Amino acid sequence: MSVIYILWIRQLKRYFRSKTRIVGALGQPMLFLVALGYGLGPVFERAGEGDYVQFLVPGIISMSILFTSMFNGIEIIWDRQFGFLKETLVAPVSRVRIMLGRTLGGATVAILQGMMILGIALLIGFRFESLSGLPVALLFMILIATLFTALGTAIASLLEDMHGFQLIMNFLVMPLFFLSGALFPIQNLPPALGMVVQFNPLSYGVDGLRGALLGTYDIGFWTNFTVLALCMVVLVIIGAYLFSKIEV
Amino acid sequence: MEGQKRDTIIEVEGLTKKFGKITAVDDISFSVKRGEIFAFLGPNGAGKTTAISMLTTLIKPTSGKLLINGYDPVSEQDAARRSFGIVFQDPSLDHELTGYENMDIHGILYNMPKKERKERIETLLELVELWKRKDDQVKKYSGGMKRRLEIARGLMHLPQILFLDEPSLGLDPQTRNLLWDHIRELNHKENVTVFLTTHIMEEAERVADTVAVIDYGKIIDRGTPRELAERTGSSSLEEAFLSLTGKTIREEKAETMAQMMSSHMRRR
Repeated sequence: MSVIYILWIRQLKRYFRSKTRIVGALGQPMLFLVALGYGLGPVFERAGEGDYVQFLVPGIISMSILFTSMFNGIEIIWDRQFGFLKETLVAPVSRVRIMLGRTLGGATVAILQGMMILGIALLIGFRFESLSGLPVALLFMILIATLFTALGTAIASLLEDMHGFQLIMNFLVMPLFFLSGALFPIQNLPPALGMVVQFNPLSYGVDGLRGALLGTYDIGFWTNFTVLALCMVVLVIIGAYLFSKIEV
Repeated sequence: MEGQKRDTIIEVEGLTKKFGKITAVDDISFSVKRGEIFAFLGPNGAGKTTAISMLTTLIKPTSGKLLINGYDPVSEQDAARRSFGIVFQDPSLDHELTGYENMDIHGILYNMPKKERKERIETLLELVELWKRKDDQVKKYSGGMKRRLEIARGLMHLPQILFLDEPSLGLDPQTRNLLWDHIRELNHKENVTVFLTTHIMEEAERVADTVAVIDYGKIIDRGTPRELAERTGSSSLEEAFLSLTGKTIREEKAETMAQMMSSHMRRR
């Protein structure tokens, strides 16, 4: 247990010590929130969908968690060559514990990042439905963060070097974000798009977060929870397996 | 603990590693005596790092027999891992953490009790002259300090063997000299067997008790530095390139380097 704990703590220390990273990681979501929120807000409202900033905040929190957790997983690629990873790989400790420590650490950092976005959103006028929604929102943040850190870890365990990184960003992370309902409502979509959204695990995270914060689910709490929890368990298992097969 | 009594601490027989069609390590056999400083000498890409990776459980051999402190790195992985410490060729410290924290995490990974960790960290950081800087983040250390910290960390869990993969890479001559003094001192004080790789002949000659010359994945000569020196230039060109007159190695290297540079310039 102490190995998992120390690797978790390690990532939190790293996070809080690099202030530039915190600020940098907040910049992009804030840009999305302000530019899209206020830019498309009037159109959204005229279409009878209500306040776009309210709608967008859970989506942007999901985006921030998605990006941060995927990145924390993928970090393994360069960590294994130029970093601390090798030190843990020759230690007399099971790889599964190392993977769990890293994943929980990466996920926690992503959750903190998401909560900071929520905090800033509250400052610029976002209002959540009720206090009782907050623990539920936290639950969904935990699920999203753990799921995608494990996915990043699994992918990174398969890649030899950083050349694949752009590929992952452009063909996995970006589509996951754009095709999730983070930016638009998922009812009445063209069938093909609706289909894709349905197979995207992040859609359930976005809807879960939106439901928890705004009070109405499109998909429903239990479906969201079940899909995310199942995906998370499967990906943690796959990630742990692939991680344990890494040869340096 | 049968391993404790053995005279030889590393035994390697017919060790081979293939990556697809490439044979990185080709049927090598050697043994290392307890307490000695053993050097693998060879040019870049000769198979030194691959051999170390197999000895330290990071990759599995294609075939051959291996014993580290009496343990098989494949079937008795954790026991083998507890027996050695390693300094990798590429840096493997956490730069955001302090020197002390890097040491402490190592201790936890090796399941050392808290009190023992504390004492051991102080002893080792004093030994490599980093105790005063223990609370600085590693990113504020110089290259030589980082290497010293990595060596101290490798010794943290009282290993029997310390592997050093090209430990002098990227260090200036002054720092390098200091480093070798440290390594010899540690070899005595900690009574630890040192297994190192280098492509610099003088280094091997200065510090090692036994040298094995490796190229194209094969051990082509071995013995004490003196024995090897006496056999210098005995047979093929290839052997001359690698054998013990460091001067030939440097000139060859400088030449290829110059060729590379000029072809690179032309391309631009």
